[in-house]
Amino acid sequence: MKKKKYFRIIAAVLIVICTLALLQRLLTPKYVDDVIEGALIAEYYDEDKEHDVVFIGDCEVYENFSPAVLWEEYGIHSYIRGSAQQLIWQSYYLLEDTLRYETPKVVVFNVLSMKYNEPQKEAYNRMSLEGMRWSSSKVKAVLASMTERENFEDYLFPILRYHSRWSELNSGDLEYMFQVPKVSHSGYYMRVDVKAAENIPEAKPLADYEFGENAYFYLDKMVQLCEEKGIRLILIKAPSLYPHWYDEWEVQMEEYAKEHHLLYLNFLECTDEIGLDFQTDTYDGGLHLNLSGAEKLTSYFGQILTEQTDVEDKRADEKLAAIWEQKLAEYEKDKQEQYIQYGIEK
Amino acid sequence: MLFTSYRFLEFLLVLFLLYYILPARWQWKVLLVAGFVFYFCANPIYCVYIAVTIFTTWYAGCKIEALREKSTVYLQEHKESLSKEERKSYKAAVKHKTWIWTLSCLLFNLGILAVVKYTNFAISNINSVMKAFGSVGELGFVDIIVPLGISFYTFQAVGYIIDVYRGTVEAEKNIFRFALFVSFFPQLVQGPISRFGDLKKTLFEEHPFDKKTICFGLQRILWGYFKKLVIADRILTGVNALIHNTDTYTGAYVFVGMLFYALELYADFTGGIDITIGIAQTMGIEVTENFRRPYFSKNIKEYWNRWHITMGSWFTDYIFYPISVCKPMLKLSKFSRNHFGEFIGKRVPVYLSSFVVWFATGIWHGASWNFIAWGLGNWLVIMASQELEPLYKKFHNRFHVEGKFGFRLFQVVRTVLLMSCLRLFDCYRDVPLTFRMFGSMFTAGNWNILWNGSLLNIGLTVTDYCILLCGLVLLIAVSLLQRSGSVREKIAGLPFWGRFLLWYGLFLTVLLMGAYGIGYDSSQFIYNQF
Amino acid sequence: MEELLEILQELHPEVNFEEEEHLIDDKILDSFDIVSIISEIADQFDVTISAEHILPENFNSAKALYALIQQLEDED
Repeated sequence: MKKKKYFRIIAAVLIVICTLALLQRLLTPKYVDDVIEGALIAEYYDEDKEHDVVFIGDCEVYENFSPAVLWEEYGIHSYIRGSAQQLIWQSYYLLEDTLRYETPKVVVFNVLSMKYNEPQKEAYNRMSLEGMRWSSSKVKAVLASMTERENFEDYLFPILRYHSRWSELNSGDLEYMFQVPKVSHSGYYMRVDVKAAENIPEAKPLADYEFGENAYFYLDKMVQLCEEKGIRLILIKAPSLYPHWYDEWEVQMEEYAKEHHLLYLNFLECTDEIGLDFQTDTYDGGLHLNLSGAEKLTSYFGQILTEQTDVEDKRADEKLAAIWEQKLAEYEKDKQEQYIQYGIEK
Repeated sequence: MLFTSYRFLEFLLVLFLLYYILPARWQWKVLLVAGFVFYFCANPIYCVYIAVTIFTTWYAGCKIEALREKSTVYLQEHKESLSKEERKSYKAAVKHKTWIWTLSCLLFNLGILAVVKYTNFAISNINSVMKAFGSVGELGFVDIIVPLGISFYTFQAVGYIIDVYRGTVEAEKNIFRFALFVSFFPQLVQGPISRFGDLKKTLFEEHPFDKKTICFGLQRILWGYFKKLVIADRILTGVNALIHNTDTYTGAYVFVGMLFYALELYADFTGGIDITIGIAQTMGIEVTENFRRPYFSKNIKEYWNRWHITMGSWFTDYIFYPISVCKPMLKLSKFSRNHFGEFIGKRVPVYLSSFVVWFATGIWHGASWNFIAWGLGNWLVIMASQELEPLYKKFHNRFHVEGKFGFRLFQVVRTVLLMSCLRLFDCYRDVPLTFRMFGSMFTAGNWNILWNGSLLNIGLTVTDYCILLCGLVLLIAVSLLQRSGSVREKIAGLPFWGRFLLWYGLFLTVLLMGAYGIGYDSSQFIYNQF
Repeated sequence: MEELLEILQELHPEVNFEEEEHLIDDKILDSFDIVSIISEIADQFDVTISAEHILPENFNSAKALYALIQQLEDED
């Protein structure tokens, strides 16, 4: 009798845990069919690590650089840990997180996020943080990122955050419940369509051009962490036409790089050398590059990496070559599918 | 810490563990500390206010008790030597002294309540009067912190001191035990207003871990969250839209708003009380019930015996009776009887004292003329129905409707509508606006909004309405079941998997359909710019 | 006792006050009734029942109420 009672209780507890876990999987957005930016962070963990170059930063890295090109042209094994509106403390903790798995030779950080000194938008927080595996870095990243309305508990149990999503479920939620397909190419979000940059919004004057204390704090931490681990940190500003990159910001970044003996590259200043044409190389009017733009930029940047850092050409490495063969095939396939989707003839 | 915050649930969990892990003799001390932690988290200043009330009331209580003990001893010792007259005057003198202590304590604590809650209301009234007399100057408003739940704990303390004065309870000598009575955290925010005599029976006892009581407590908490999160907080969006856009939402919208508000208030308030009583129950403490299915009342008087019961009985015991049976009132009654006849003389005490009670009830709910108007509205309706009662009786006898289901239903609906109408004072900005909105129900003629889809524009979707409707059906079903005894007892009689299904189902309903958190709006997640 | 029963009977002719022992618990008398009763008693018995005496045990039956009146008369 007593045995039966315990059995029932254990069974009930198991049912509760299982149904809650399943519901949580079901209700959490999958970011596969749309807003695929939300899926980028999590994909990293399935990768073969040992990258030589890791990019961290916001959309200006994951839409503007193509690791496939770095491999094809220079044999550089790289990965992008980018996410939408990735704030600088998120970048820092993502770097910490990445270093738990591997120690790349070079880390490339896009400095646009220096402009944000405080947590911004809940939805972007979710997309940047949710995909991270649990570690002390994730805890710290969440605590640093939460807006006033957010709770840590919502990150711990995403079902609390998405509990009301049951009324908006679609077939994708069931299809991708247990297995989410890959949406990026080593962190690169491919877009082949074109929307020429025509009406660039005018830059509004700011009240204060000084980057915030908090932003500097995390940049310092990033520099320090890279130093400790013997990683070469390169700061970049991607050649996106807007959000506007102010001259005052440029001065601060240049000074910072000089002071810390870092390589700082502002690609906005060399768009001609890169060969970017904002009539054909952007898919959203100058915010982000499309495939054609990203390949040009990556090709240009690969040259710099090869010349100025000690990353090696690993095309002779059989294991990596095999991995990349498959990756390149997927890359090519996605490319062709998108050409058809957008009706572009190549 | 709102009841509906994660922080509060975590606080409860920690408290619950400590409560049952630490030695049982510490239990009430744990609760006392928890109460102050709860209060401190809300605002450290609050602790000062409540500590002052605790100390003064406790001290006055001890003084009264000491005076009384001394007098008993004195009377015992001088049993023989004192004449009847002397004894009487000695008793009167002692009584007077205890009264002085009681009165000082009352004035002091009610004074604090009055100052923090009503200063700005008084200032705004003085300003209006001055303006009416042509003065240009205005008094500035003052910035006073109103401690959380001050109306509730002050009333508990005041009730206690009156009870000690009357000799219905013995004064509590231990200040910490008394402090726990005043600061018992589950009821700090919205009541019930407990009496010391009731609460002390279980508050200080040692409570062993009792599975059934704890389960019942948890079940009640869950039910409270269902009412609050699934119903009240969901319909709140609609209520707010309706009552804050008074230009757009007139006529039939007022009617809808009135009914929605009735549901929102019921679900929110009784849900909160369920959580309160449930929390206390998980710790083995019995708190007085505050509601007895109020919306099933057949008239307003009955409604007020079933809605916010502890507040109603507080006003009856500590305001209504003292005023209506005090000597001056009896004299006044006699005087009116002699001069204006039996009919009026009989009514004077009841009318006057219930007027005071309803004025006080109104202003207790909030420092504004709206609440005063609401209180007095209740008074008018109750008095009117009191006077009309003989007429009703005649009607009932003439048409043999008494006890018939249809008629009972009519009475219930009538009471709910009447109460909802009065509550309009609670909804709108000021009294004239309330009257205008009420009037618009009869003139606007926009009743087609009920079915033409306009109600989907007030922030509630079809899904929301479906959930609300199901929730409402469940509420009514549970209330009907309750008439024949505890629903939890009934469920406890089911087989294990039946119980599991019901309670886990309710939990999932709260988890998935509760209106809490940021809420998922896919448009937030649409990628733009970054 | 007779006088008291008269007072009560006048208020609620339908109740058997000699038998009924749960006037308060069963909500037969409400607060308005109690005030009327006290005011009548003050008139006819010349005793004042003050608020502190308004307890269920004193008003649950006519007998208890009568006992209260006698006790108060004694004290005077």
